[in-house]
Amino acid sequence: MNPFHYSKPDTVQAAVDLSSPVSRFIAGGTNLLDLMKENLTRPEHLIDITGLPLADLSETPSGGVMIGALVSNADLAWHPWIQRRYPLLSQAILAGASPQLRNMASTGGNLLQRTRCYYFYDANVPCNKRRPGSGCPARDGLNRMHAIFGASDQCVATHPSDMCVALAALEAVVHVVGRGGARTIEFADFHRLPGDAPERDNQLADDELITAIELPAAGFAEHSHYLKIRDRASYAFALVSVAAALELDGPVIRQARLALGGVAHKPWRDRAVESWLSGQTVSRETFTAAADALLQSAEPLEHNGFKVRLARRAVVRALSDAALVGGQA
Amino acid sequence: MSATLSETTQASFVRHPIRLTLNGQARELQVLPWTTLLDLLREQLDLVGSKKGCDHGQCGACTVLRDGKRINACLTLAVMCDGAELTTIEGLASADQLHPMQQAFIKHDAFQCGYCTPGQICSAVGLANEGRAQTKGQISELMSGNLCRCGAYNNIRDAIEEALPLCQQQGGDQ
Repeated sequence: MNPFHYSKPDTVQAAVDLSSPVSRFIAGGTNLLDLMKENLTRPEHLIDITGLPLADLSETPSGGVMIGALVSNADLAWHPWIQRRYPLLSQAILAGASPQLRNMASTGGNLLQRTRCYYFYDANVPCNKRRPGSGCPARDGLNRMHAIFGASDQCVATHPSDMCVALAALEAVVHVVGRGGARTIEFADFHRLPGDAPERDNQLADDELITAIELPAAGFAEHSHYLKIRDRASYAFALVSVAAALELDGPVIRQARLALGGVAHKPWRDRAVESWLSGQTVSRETFTAAADALLQSAEPLEHNGFKVRLARRAVVRALSDAALVGGQA
Repeated sequence: MSATLSETTQASFVRHPIRLTLNGQARELQVLPWTTLLDLLREQLDLVGSKKGCDHGQCGACTVLRDGKRINACLTLAVMCDGAELTTIEGLASADQLHPMQQAFIKHDAFQCGYCTPGQICSAVGLANEGRAQTKGQISELMSGNLCRCGAYNNIRDAIEEALPLCQQQGGDQ
């Protein structure tokens, strides 16, 4: 780890004012310090934001929940409001990392974790995400863990978060503050596809700080399910994960949300498939047709073709389990 | 020290004062910003019970309790622990009596080489404080952040299962 300057401001404005292109905000530090130990990130200045008043949950006027950026992943997952009203989010968080890491990691930081692509993590090899223009050894290399949707010639990395997959399905809103003031970003727009600038994971500017994540009132608590498929039973990144949420009227689907993890540079949604599902009747045939349609646009690489079939089955299972949660169908 | 660091950064390599309650004792220390809690414990305070296994938060051998919650000391900056109450494996036993979790690990032979054991025990005490594990399955899932390469998992789980109610009776203050 390189030497750096450390400061701990006590207001959001002071934190933002301290930020510069060579600084990083630190909260849980679970990913940032790991990257610094590998010399993949070498900030000259760490701005400790754990003293900022961003550690609470509150109800919003529209009936949703505002989650302070510093709420730990563990506190969020076990919070009674989240367990009762947004069980999909709770399940997704508890499917990720370890209890120790969930005690440390913050809500805001979870959004900003970097890919675990082996080539990104190996400072001795080229990587367009780490050194723009240097090349992507993953595209023709060991790409078993990599993207089957939305990749580019320059980057085939996946976003590692479970929590973000649920937040995508729930259509959360990201609240940020920068030198230019505060703004909100729809979750679907927050993370980027790699395109020709894979070094940028998301839309956040250098001086912008995530202050809160807002959950809309609709939590799909009656019919939702997070399914994660991984190489071992616990504490591993997803090969494929699915956040499925349904609003049912008897056997008829009124609204469907589907987000996939482990398959793209960001949580992957297909609005056409979600729209098609609404009005359909809950059945294995319906869910299989949705999965087939969703996977049609998959573009597997040499070693991750298995993800296409795995994702297809995972979508069917997650939708089926979501439909069954309330004892219907 | 990197040649790319700006002058401001170089001039600021000062030690930061922090106050800790470490295994029940108040400590005032001076730390460099990039010193991890694990390095502070092992290299500066001679508390070598917490182990450096992977140094990347993957193995759990460095697990300690911060304000009663289990964390990876290797991914924690010491400077960010200012004001915290820390308990390491060295602080679990009282003067002449092992912590119930330590006793249960001995009773169930819950280790082979012993390298992961301090982290396993601190993690298990954190698990007891959380109060979310009742079944063997829940214990296994909620202990997944601690690897044992000898594979003593069955005995570790049995030890924890036995000690959980005893730890919770104790008040779970560690």
